[in-house]
Amino acid sequence: MRAIGLVALHVFRDSVRDKVLYSIVAFAVLLMAASYLIGQLTAGEDLKIIKDLGLAAMSLMGLFIAVFIGIGLIAREIDRRSIYAVLAKPVRRTELIVGKYLGLVGTLFVNLAVMAVAYYVILAYIGSTLSPAALKAAPAPAADPRLLLAVVMIGFELALVTAIALFWSTFSSSALLSAGLTVAMYVAGQFGADLKNFEQVVESPAAGMVGRGLYYLLPNFAAFDIKTEVVHALPVQPGYLVLTAVYALVYIALLLVASVVIFSRRDFK
Amino acid sequence: MKKATAIVLGAVALPVLAAGVVALQMVRERAFPGREPAQQVLYVSSPAVLTRLALGFDDVVADLYWIRAIQYYGSTRLSPSADKSYALLYPLLDLTTSLDPNFNIAYEFGSFFLSEKPPGGPGRSDLAIRLLEKGITARPDRFQYPYDVGFVHYRDGDYAAAADWFERAAATSGAKKEGERADLWLKPLAASTRATGGDTRSARLMYEQLLNADAAWLRNDAQRRLKQLDAIDQIAELQRRVGEYERRFGDPPPSWRDLTQADYLQGVQLDSEGRPVDPEGYVYVLNPWWGDVTINPDSPLWPLPTENPA
Repeated sequence: MRAIGLVALHVFRDSVRDKVLYSIVAFAVLLMAASYLIGQLTAGEDLKIIKDLGLAAMSLMGLFIAVFIGIGLIAREIDRRSIYAVLAKPVRRTELIVGKYLGLVGTLFVNLAVMAVAYYVILAYIGSTLSPAALKAAPAPAADPRLLLAVVMIGFELALVTAIALFWSTFSSSALLSAGLTVAMYVAGQFGADLKNFEQVVESPAAGMVGRGLYYLLPNFAAFDIKTEVVHALPVQPGYLVLTAVYALVYIALLLVASVVIFSRRDFK
Repeated sequence: MKKATAIVLGAVALPVLAAGVVALQMVRERAFPGREPAQQVLYVSSPAVLTRLALGFDDVVADLYWIRAIQYYGSTRLSPSADKSYALLYPLLDLTTSLDPNFNIAYEFGSFFLSEKPPGGPGRSDLAIRLLEKGITARPDRFQYPYDVGFVHYRDGDYAAAADWFERAAATSGAKKEGERADLWLKPLAASTRATGGDTRSARLMYEQLLNADAAWLRNDAQRRLKQLDAIDQIAELQRRVGEYERRFGDPPPSWRDLTQADYLQGVQLDSEGRPVDPEGYVYVLNPWWGDVTINPDSPLWPLPTENPA
């Protein structure tokens, strides 16, 4: 456990050194600039648009970090040949994989938490500038605590993307290929509903079964998206959130086990 | 190069180069002023395709299409071009509401401006109603969408259909919500529209509700419409007094001054020269031959809903 913690801490420090946390500044600047501009550009629903933009920016920035740092977690060690020095130490390959994963997920969660604080500060400020009529007409308060549900689901989504990136990183030595495969899985995971109903648009039953099989096999990223519901103050069942979170954890465990198996069998001679 | 020299060089070169970029842009624009921006094109017109392309960022893409719809409407309305067909307005709003079916303001905006007669809109009540029906499917609990359909029918003069939709709005669960109780004003509105459709009372009731809308453009438009209704009532009253003058003297009054001198403008809002003015302060036009009273074409209230702008 200690080894996992040390590896995770090292990844976190490395990410900070790589200026990953600058994304928080970019996020805050983007939201502040947007909150000013949106008032000039739109004819109402400013609050909704700021809420959408903030959640999308958190998701997108996290996605970039998860993909582009995730794919380098193992591949970079192999590339720099620092993997020999690491494996010579009393660190098992399993501990290295899990530590690397937890380190990046920790970085992402710190990032997400700070962005959420900035998001709420900006929303509270915008809320204070709105007219009582606009606030009354809005489906939810400006700094609505329910928005945190969407942030938590973004967190689970990013944790899953990180696991995918790490998996491809242990599998392939090419960063470009790993990035491509991770992004491809993310994109495919957005088409869950289409894959599920594939049999309705193809004539071949076999093709329909393949589509349905892929639906169950590929990570269903669309399931994590509850942004619309929280922004419009629509109900989200607690059971749905719990099941989706458990789904993410099981999928992450699956990918980590697969990564450990592949990485354990790799020969670095 | 030494570090200090590089910093000094950078501090000088960066602002100079940045200023150069801005200056070049200005010079090019001045040298080639006729270059028009490309005509607005809708690259993706299928809501189903766009929803897939959004990759889970549907809400933000909907926001972008909403902003585009607003910019498109504004630029077409202000454009000196004679083409006021607003051909892209419905597709843009359709895409917006397909990406985010709960985008309330897009439905309200669509119902208002798609049904507006040219030059203020394309005059496509059918598209306005189609958009609102999409909203009703997405949120059957909201009373605003059936109410807006009724509003479109009301503006088109179909008072029976308008009354039906107001009743349907009153029956939604949203209209009966505690604190809102919109059914309390929707039911009388439906009854008065059915009984005396076309009178200014029901129209006034509708626009007074819009004064509480969250969007400033809706409130401003409602204010303008209420002033137009005031003007319609004032014109009817002035017309009545001109008629009385004509019955007494045999001819319509040659000018407002004659009507004032004959003491027919008691209680009417007048300017410093004794002429009746509309709620915006513009003098009403009196036709000395026929005795018709109309709104001043320079008034921001022109054209009234009862007039043909052409």
